[in-house]
Amino acid sequence: MTESTLTITSQSQLADAVFRESGQNVNLCYQCRKCAAGCPVSYAMDYRPAQLIHAIRLGADDLVLNSKTPWLCASCETCTTRCPQEVDVAKVMDAVKIIAVREGVKPPIPEVASFYRAALANIKKCGRMYELGMIVGLKLRTFDFFKDAGLGMKMFRKGKLKMIPSLTGARTTWKIFRRVKRFERKNQTT
Amino acid sequence: MNTRYAYYPGCSLHSTGSEYDVSFKAVCDKLGIGIQEIKGWICCGTSPAHCTSRLLSLALPYENLCLAEKMGMTDVVAPCAACFARLRTAIHEANEDPEIAGQISEALGKPLPKSVNVLSPLEIFSNGSGLEAAVARQLPELKVVCYYGCLLTRPSKVMQFDECEYPMAMDELLRSVGITTLEWSYKTDCCGGALAMTRTDVVLKLTRDIFEEAKTVGANAIAVGCPLCHVNLDTRQEEVEQEYDVQYGLPIFYFTQLMGLALGVPTDKLGLHKHFVSTDELLRSSSKGQLAAG
Ligand code: SF4
Ligand code: SF4
Repeated sequence: MTESTLTITSQSQLADAVFRESGQNVNLCYQCRKCAAGCPVSYAMDYRPAQLIHAIRLGADDLVLNSKTPWLCASCETCTTRCPQEVDVAKVMDAVKIIAVREGVKPPIPEVASFYRAALANIKKCGRMYELGMIVGLKLRTFDFFKDAGLGMKMFRKGKLKMIPSLTGARTTWKIFRRVKRFERKNQTT
Repeated sequence: MNTRYAYYPGCSLHSTGSEYDVSFKAVCDKLGIGIQEIKGWICCGTSPAHCTSRLLSLALPYENLCLAEKMGMTDVVAPCAACFARLRTAIHEANEDPEIAGQISEALGKPLPKSVNVLSPLEIFSNGSGLEAAVARQLPELKVVCYYGCLLTRPSKVMQFDECEYPMAMDELLRSVGITTLEWSYKTDCCGGALAMTRTDVVLKLTRDIFEEAKTVGANAIAVGCPLCHVNLDTRQEEVEQEYDVQYGLPIFYFTQLMGLALGVPTDKLGLHKHFVSTDELLRSSSKGQLAAG
């Protein structure tokens, strides 16, 4: 019998929610902190990955859902690869963000949330990422019009950014987005 | 030429990473490897999708695998490390969990392909033999460190690609076309790709660490296999230099550009002019070295 089949009966609702969202059981964590040690962004986080995992186990909803940690996560998968207990920490980071958005928590790093929204809106509309359109979309959300303006101009001059979106596959992505949304809504209510 | 691989370029290779696209195709051409672009491919969803919806992040890549199957192909090659990771993750998760596979198929409104493989160009090029014989140009001045980044090898259970903490696939490939690659300890460290648009401060710190280590081991160029890494290391290098008051001047090549050079693809056919950090000086000294040697 593997350890993952051991059940721990009383667990926090947040841990339950994370499990439903990601299939990850944070109760397997034994706090070795390998995940935190290897995380390239932990220096900028308010709680290190191991601490966030622990807080989920404790059911510290407020702390977890308002933490900057998952929003700073670069999805580098170092934690996931190194965890001796096979907790997919990077997936837990995704799950926390998804739960926080669903609960209506204001994202603690708003520009990252804006970036996700701008990028997805762009993919849905264009089928493929149209960088220039996405950048404009992001700027309209963050009001930070000067960030990387010089870099963008230089990329444009080097022919690295397209003027016109391709729109190939736009109908397909639009349909997929709609069906996913419908499915997720249905799942929420059942 | 027999078409053997369905080619999934992904969004970056059609825009910010177009050098990777042209150099990948040029190398395939030289080696007689047939590729055919997937018709009507769509974005794989990348980080914003998996940070927002698990189902969406699996359905988008799968649509492309369905399209490849429709073309009658089972082997898909995805040069962008981020796309490669998303495509392999989708297959892995669908195989592990029939329920999620059912949901993906519902989201796409069609059955999922039964057998389909996703490959990195590193894999398809190392499969072929006779690379040594195809070398047309020596590049003795180059001292390259191979930077694999995060997504080619991690998580190892999903990616099943090389040794996850210290991969050698790119080193071996470049060495087999006569290019010197050096040992270093930053092969799979993160450059902060996902934060490139938002938290530049993090990216500048992480890329500085990479440049420092590359310089310390005596490298004069970095080879990459990911367009997000390329954007961070190449287009932001000047910013890093200003921020930390240092001078690196390290050209960043896609490994396919280096292979192309070694295999005799004309320099102007590899998209090198699109780089921010110029490759001219390094390549000029390299061809001088060659003349002197010859
Ligand atoms: S590496 Fe795994 S077991 Fe160790 S602290 Fe992190 S989540 Fe817990
Ligand atoms: S995936 Fe996120 S939390 Fe894990 S090591 Fe990378 S940045 Fe840190």
